[in-house]
Amino acid sequence: MQAELLGLGFVIAMAAASIRIATSLMYATLGEMITERSGILNLGIEGVMILGAMTAFITTYATHSLELGVLATILAGLAEGVVMSFVYGRIGSNQHVWGVAFTIANFGLAYYIYRLYFGGTAGIMSTIIPYSPVRIPLLADIPVLGPILFEQYAYTYVAIILFVIFAFVFKYTIWGLIITVVGDNPMAADTAGINVYRTRYIAVTLGAIFMALGGSFLSIAQFNAFLFEIVAGRGWIAIALVTIGNWKPMRCLLAAILFGFIDALQLRLQALGISQFTLAGTAITIPFQLFLALPYILTIVFLLMSSRTADYPTALLTPYRREE
Amino acid sequence: MKFPFRLEKAPPPSMLRRALLPVRALVATFLAGAIPVMAAGANPLQAYYTMGVGALGDMIAIAEVFVRAAPLMLTGLAISIAFRAKFWNIGAEGQLYAGAILGTLIAINFPELPPWIHIPFMIAAGMLGGALCALPGILKIKLKIGDVVTTLMLNFIMVIFTSYLVQNVLKDPFTRWPQSPPITDTATYPILIPFTRFHLGIVIALFAALVVGYGLIEYTALGYEIKAVGSNEVAARLAGINPTALTIKTAIISGSFAGLAGVGEVAGIRHHLIATLSPVPIGYGLTGVVIAVMSGLSPLWVVVVAFLFSIIINGSQTMSRLTGVPIFLSEIFQGLALGFSLLFLFLDMYRIRRVR
Amino acid sequence: MSEKVVEMKGITKRFPNVVANDHIDLELRRGEVCALLGENGAGKTTLMKILYGLYHADDGQILVRGLAVTIDSPKAAIALGIGMVHQHFALDEKLTAAENLILGTKQAKTVLNMKEIREEVVDLSRKFGLEVDPDSKVYQLSEGVKQRIEILKTLLRGAQILVFDEPTAVLTPLETKDLFKTIRALASQGHAIVFISHHLEEVLSISDRIVVLRNGKVVGERLARETSQAELAQMMVGREIEQVSRLKGGETARPVLEISGLCALNDKKLEAVRNVSLTVRKGEIVSLAGVSGNGQKELTEVILGMRKATSGKVIINGKDVTNKSTKAVIQQRLGCIAEDRVGWGLMMDRPIAENLILGLHRSSKLSTKTPVTNFLKNQEIQQYTKQLLERFDIRGAEPNAPVRLLSGGNLQKIILARVLSQEPEVLLASQPTRGLDVGATEYVHKLLLELRDKGIGVLLISEDLEEIRALSDVIAVMFRGEIVGTLSAESATSEKLGLLMAGVKETEAVKQ
Repeated sequence: MQAELLGLGFVIAMAAASIRIATSLMYATLGEMITERSGILNLGIEGVMILGAMTAFITTYATHSLELGVLATILAGLAEGVVMSFVYGRIGSNQHVWGVAFTIANFGLAYYIYRLYFGGTAGIMSTIIPYSPVRIPLLADIPVLGPILFEQYAYTYVAIILFVIFAFVFKYTIWGLIITVVGDNPMAADTAGINVYRTRYIAVTLGAIFMALGGSFLSIAQFNAFLFEIVAGRGWIAIALVTIGNWKPMRCLLAAILFGFIDALQLRLQALGISQFTLAGTAITIPFQLFLALPYILTIVFLLMSSRTADYPTALLTPYRREE
Repeated sequence: MKFPFRLEKAPPPSMLRRALLPVRALVATFLAGAIPVMAAGANPLQAYYTMGVGALGDMIAIAEVFVRAAPLMLTGLAISIAFRAKFWNIGAEGQLYAGAILGTLIAINFPELPPWIHIPFMIAAGMLGGALCALPGILKIKLKIGDVVTTLMLNFIMVIFTSYLVQNVLKDPFTRWPQSPPITDTATYPILIPFTRFHLGIVIALFAALVVGYGLIEYTALGYEIKAVGSNEVAARLAGINPTALTIKTAIISGSFAGLAGVGEVAGIRHHLIATLSPVPIGYGLTGVVIAVMSGLSPLWVVVVAFLFSIIINGSQTMSRLTGVPIFLSEIFQGLALGFSLLFLFLDMYRIRRVR
Repeated sequence: MSEKVVEMKGITKRFPNVVANDHIDLELRRGEVCALLGENGAGKTTLMKILYGLYHADDGQILVRGLAVTIDSPKAAIALGIGMVHQHFALDEKLTAAENLILGTKQAKTVLNMKEIREEVVDLSRKFGLEVDPDSKVYQLSEGVKQRIEILKTLLRGAQILVFDEPTAVLTPLETKDLFKTIRALASQGHAIVFISHHLEEVLSISDRIVVLRNGKVVGERLARETSQAELAQMMVGREIEQVSRLKGGETARPVLEISGLCALNDKKLEAVRNVSLTVRKGEIVSLAGVSGNGQKELTEVILGMRKATSGKVIINGKDVTNKSTKAVIQQRLGCIAEDRVGWGLMMDRPIAENLILGLHRSSKLSTKTPVTNFLKNQEIQQYTKQLLERFDIRGAEPNAPVRLLSGGNLQKIILARVLSQEPEVLLASQPTRGLDVGATEYVHKLLLELRDKGIGVLLISEDLEEIRALSDVIAVMFRGEIVGTLSAESATSEKLGLLMAGVKETEAVKQ
């Protein structure tokens, strides 16, 4: 059993799985990163994700079209984003607690609509035919890197491309500069003639769309059903990932992939039926639940470590008002 | 995007208006909640009626309202104290489980102790567990979102840990269910009203909120310091209060109350430690946030609002059965209630003025 | 008479507690420096913020170049050629000068070409004589350079009308001279300049025309060459300014606050306090003179235990409290009236009584000695509060009313009441009369002298030379983190003080 864990095949499979499973986290983290760079902390990620998952699933189920599912998710994210950006931008106080309110309301809404649509048919899980990974010819034939990078879902390719795009946006374009200044010193942006509110509306709404897409990946790609526990705290982890990634796109991507790795590892252990294993050469038995808890534990550990060098947007959490 | 509105600082609201925050939020919630009800094809008034009847229809149902209200008022209390000091404790769920774990450890052993020693011992252990689970939240001192994320992560960690315990170390040898061995009779909260599940823990919860919680906030120097640090940390510091020490004390107090809720569920209802002490998807820990904010962080109102949500949660089952409205209406209500509470708190500070 | 560029007619702006602008008329002309003179709170900044689109007037009309306009945002103001240099610089400190400058300009294309931008910045700074390194990170720059960036920002957007809001508040006398040179050059190039200030000397030196505001109204307009400091002061204040009489100081008594060789870094890890040594004795007022931003804030924070001292000592009443907690410092009977009174001293959402007992809530007078619980003696608290309110003449206040209903002057009194009721032996007062009207300022001055006479040692940190001259026994001048000179009250002339504040050290001053 342990020998099997060491071959190159295993490493490649794990690397590919890490990226694949990180996809949902990637979208959520990107969305929250953009939001936070504009100065707003959106704690409602988990809720938006579950709403996205539900929307994608039901739309796909009803229309038999995965693409419509994605489209519906984007619209749902847009609607969420508009409401959230109004609250966070115009009201702006108590962002933490509003985030909790959105999470609770979204959970209620997602489950409510699901139950309404499918009725109380307990025991029968409705499923769809999910997305399959897309193999990019030629590139996927490259040894080692090929299977890792080029046999992923379309969702994953898009996510990585988005990260690259936003890395460019923040470093080299005026839009990135505007968002950054709005997040560091909104008064400076306002007096320079920039519409602070509009910038934040856009950042939050865009963020919500990405978060919803992250949720939808779970229900129409990674899995093929809407399970109630499908998001499993990824939304909350994304918040920490943004801090760990120091609010920079490529670092956030790496952080997401790292956590994808842990998730992949845990799933692999579960698939192998390992409920605990002994560290080679020692008498320590590690229960498999530790791997379940590992993402959450690591979040706290990383947070502790990065608190020293945190480069957060200076005006994060401070609502902007012209003091009328 | 221009809105024809301006925000202006409004004059502070009267005491009465502030005190009525829960009522205003409740009314708004019920009004807005009519929309999903109608979307399900049901009559809102009828739905609300069945909710009320379901929860309060007979003696046993009313007792159940009390049973559900106990953990709610404890987590609501825990969070309202924490929020007063601006310690954003979103982890009452984890603290509840931590308290349940330590409390169970005491409760399944020591059968030779008389109840009047065993129960307080168990309670103390539970409160210790909750307090320990809340302490990592003091990371907020170093990092802006330290308290929120840490306490949140511990929610998941504690549930997984509990699940592990009841399948391994603390497994009940006599059944296949994932649960701990049963607690001893001497550690069980006695039932106070025959033929119901109304147990001692309910009285303990009421005492904790109405006497200890209220007394602490209004009548002690520590409560004063909690309010001061939450209001203006720098001013408090300049007056000789140590904000770090105060945050630690707040975390301990807050966690203890949440831990007490966990003990109550084990000792009063389940009599075993299980990994589903708290409802999903929105457990007592998160509902506690709703209760705390809606109560304006006042321990007295926390009790009232806890009963309110107990009725809503319990009544939703009956409502769902009789009207076909999905049971998750109660979660939507919780989200709406929190949202409206925040909205009204905001509108108490700012006016919206039309602009020509 | 040169042409009118801006006309503001009947501008009125109301806030919940006050009418900030009351039917104000103002004209601005090309090539002219117009000063808006008034005390803090007279309405000068409000009026200009309306012109710049940050505030919305309740009534009135604005005409730019003869056409009626609506200015509802800074973007609109910029489009009309109005630029503003703010009192607190509107810059993103984490970014470079160039990045700050191109924000919101038409010149900035979607994909930033930093090379082009850099060149443009250098061009512009040369054209206007405002040297700025485009790649420098703002947080590392001095206040004077930061202001240059602010000015360049407006010019880059083609501003024809420039508003300067208290521009000299953070500058040294030398930097102020440079600024005035720039302003005169800009005026001669045809720009209309507004100079907001409450500094009589500067206003007379730089402006062509002076408009005096008081309590939201225009009380008079004069040409600079036709008026005097005395007349302007009278218009600003409305009555004769009383000279605060000062008794001769006491003899050498024991030191209550000793600072020796203190060094500390600021938030950007640069040296802010350099080898500062200072002694305050019992019954003496020692003033730390200097323009804000020369390390006073960091020094205050070190004394209070809120910032780490990298070397040196702080000794209060003989006890070494260096780098100890704020609590330890307070326990040595040091009281503090902070520069940011509300932000550091008041709990705005709590009742008056709670604010007044802050710090005393655990004393045996107001709470029981029970361990852990320390019950509050509510009746005693009510009584105590009422007594304090009476003693400090705070009218119309009930102990349980929220403190934020009180006026600015009364808020200051609450802080004074609280700090003084704890009977400190050392008082640290930082800019204690900033933003107060003449009546409140007199009150505070009298109070400080009373405290001194009672034997309390006062460390007064202030920018106001008149205040310092009126109150101090000893004056130390702080410049760029160092004490550049210490003078006794008698030997401190305005000239000497001015030179010291500009960084000219004592030995050099003697040579001059």
